[in-house]
Amino acid sequence: MSTIADLPRQQFQSDANRTANDAPRRAAVRRALSNYQTARDRTGATFTDWKSARASAATIKHEAVNHLDRYLEEFEQKFTARGGKVFWATDSKQARDYILNLAKEKGVRSIVKSKAMTGEEIHLNEALIKEGYAVVESDLGEYIQQLKGEPPYHFVFPCMHLRRDEISDLFHRELGTAKTDSPEELTMIARNVLRRAYVDADMGISGGNFIVADTGMISITENEGNARLTVGLPKIHVALIGIEKVVPCLADLALFLPMLATAGTGQHLTGYNSMYGGPRQPGEIDGPEEFHVVFLDNHRTRLLADPEQRDALHCIRCGACLNVCPIFKNIGGHTYGTTYQGPIGSVITPHFRGLEDWKHLSGASSLCGACTETCPVGIDIHHHLLHNRRNAAAQKPAAGEQLLWKAFSFLMKRPALYRLATKFAPLGGLLHPLVEGTAMDPVASWTATREFPAAPQGSFRERFRAHKAAKAELVKKGGVQ
Amino acid sequence: MNQNRGDREAILGRVREALREEAPLKHPAERSAGGEPTTAHFREWLPPVGASIDERFALFAKLSESLRTELHLCADMAEVSAFIKKLAEEGNWKTIALHTGELISPLILELPPQLSPLLLQSGYDKDELEACDAGLTECDLLVAQTGSVCVTSKSAGGRVLSVLPPHHIVVARKSQLVTDLTEAYASLATKYRDAYPSMISFITGPSRTGDIERILVLGAHGPKRLTVLLLPS
Repeated sequence: MSTIADLPRQQFQSDANRTANDAPRRAAVRRALSNYQTARDRTGATFTDWKSARASAATIKHEAVNHLDRYLEEFEQKFTARGGKVFWATDSKQARDYILNLAKEKGVRSIVKSKAMTGEEIHLNEALIKEGYAVVESDLGEYIQQLKGEPPYHFVFPCMHLRRDEISDLFHRELGTAKTDSPEELTMIARNVLRRAYVDADMGISGGNFIVADTGMISITENEGNARLTVGLPKIHVALIGIEKVVPCLADLALFLPMLATAGTGQHLTGYNSMYGGPRQPGEIDGPEEFHVVFLDNHRTRLLADPEQRDALHCIRCGACLNVCPIFKNIGGHTYGTTYQGPIGSVITPHFRGLEDWKHLSGASSLCGACTETCPVGIDIHHHLLHNRRNAAAQKPAAGEQLLWKAFSFLMKRPALYRLATKFAPLGGLLHPLVEGTAMDPVASWTATREFPAAPQGSFRERFRAHKAAKAELVKKGGVQ
Repeated sequence: MNQNRGDREAILGRVREALREEAPLKHPAERSAGGEPTTAHFREWLPPVGASIDERFALFAKLSESLRTELHLCADMAEVSAFIKKLAEEGNWKTIALHTGELISPLILELPPQLSPLLLQSGYDKDELEACDAGLTECDLLVAQTGSVCVTSKSAGGRVLSVLPPHHIVVARKSQLVTDLTEAYASLATKYRDAYPSMISFITGPSRTGDIERILVLGAHGPKRLTVLLLPS
């Protein structure tokens, strides 16, 4: 069965196979994550009570997400009163078109972008570049991935899978710089390119970590300062944000900012945490003339409509569940084929893109629960994977699977036919070596890593009958009472 | 926004429809006496700071050190001036960008003659600012719990003076040091009421990245160095 619907699953399986056998790549990923757990535990231990802080965070996000309409409207009212504009985008295309039209209308030529997973989600860069705009990613990791022509590997650490020599070769090829094995020198190469980009850009595009309802602000968390420059220098700022990112009050950030930093990287606080409430205000010396916030639904309301999994919208995208996930460490970020990788991506992607095509992600879990345990906002991640499995099973299965079950049930209802079929089973074992390892092998996914067991001599029923007969023979001989 | 009215209503409609069935609260925070979940207590779950000004300062100094923020105590404005002069000589600075303010203005006249000031005003030249060797600003607050410097577009010469030049120097008073982010937000709310500046930023150490093999590199984009010069209250 090779239908279009199978493509994400097939891509997942072949990529998972390849990555799991790529020892150097796995070593690079392992090395990148080697200090994470220690740093996170050390910083987490400075909290008076991490678990209670987590319960507070979960409660605040529960309040925000379960009254989403009210908070979005409150934000809009406060934000527009200070000169900002809000655009509500139902899907990717609407969001892209709005930004494209804005760029056209304002005579924009070059665009600088800070990290926004929503941008990846709607394929914004491709659309802008196709229309002739120069778009530069300014986060170092994103910049490297952009030069490489690859999506981010991890939504917090975009190029964690690359070694410094690979980055040096990439810069040498794309920018003509001398090769070096110093991360510092590599960072300075990017710094010099990007400083020009901020000064020259007419438009800055960002994401947003939090939408603050009571003051009409968006909050951006970053380490490098690239987002500060992206939304500080160009004359137009566009922030593309998923509608679920709401917190009710500015003061709530006093909890969320330290938790995001601790869970994400093990820092007490990320380098720059900035709140933006409107474009340049009267009396200020700089800042954009226009500030547009694009609210992205893109099927988030579909997930919202599932009360059982609604808490998946509490996610603050810290990436902690990826960092602790044994599956992520072995198959890597690109294998998922999704915007949001790892356990949380496996939960939400089927809601965003369709369960039938993405149900295989629910199987990409050992159900060890490390993701759930580490989540700073208490999302029940591994149980949601089980929920997705259950929901997928309840859906109408694919035609091939249906046929298989029909054949099975036909056989099981007809004992004579069943007995006949078991007689032929060893024949399958004899014929199997002819196709083993080829595309025609019906049990290829088993035999790729294991021996196929030989069919037993005779069925259980035959052996049972033979055993009974042998016993009766013994009794008849008078040996047994 | 009018052209978008339909989609706005459609999205809000879907949200309201989706929320008709309530979702369970799986990790309830502490409950108040009235039985309602309360989050007002989260402040006490966060890392403790200590009640006295000395404890606050000790923590800020400790975190500054681990963040590679260079913290210096200055007895008076003359010492601040001398320190900036020393930094300028060491770094062979030619231009320093700054803004006017209670703590900065008196320093302008004291700058060494070879160091020309770029006074940031409305409509400054971006290229000129980009070429500056250092940026000198005031701030709103310092936060002990996180080792952060809180600047706003009002207190620190706009949005980018504190983040574009390669060396950011902050002049502050010890009385600006608050306990934690909760106190910082409360203090900002009192100070600005409904007229918040368009940017509030908590700066925690110089610009940093770990994107290449998770190895820490300072100065990914903006300040490679962050110096805090602290005057007595």
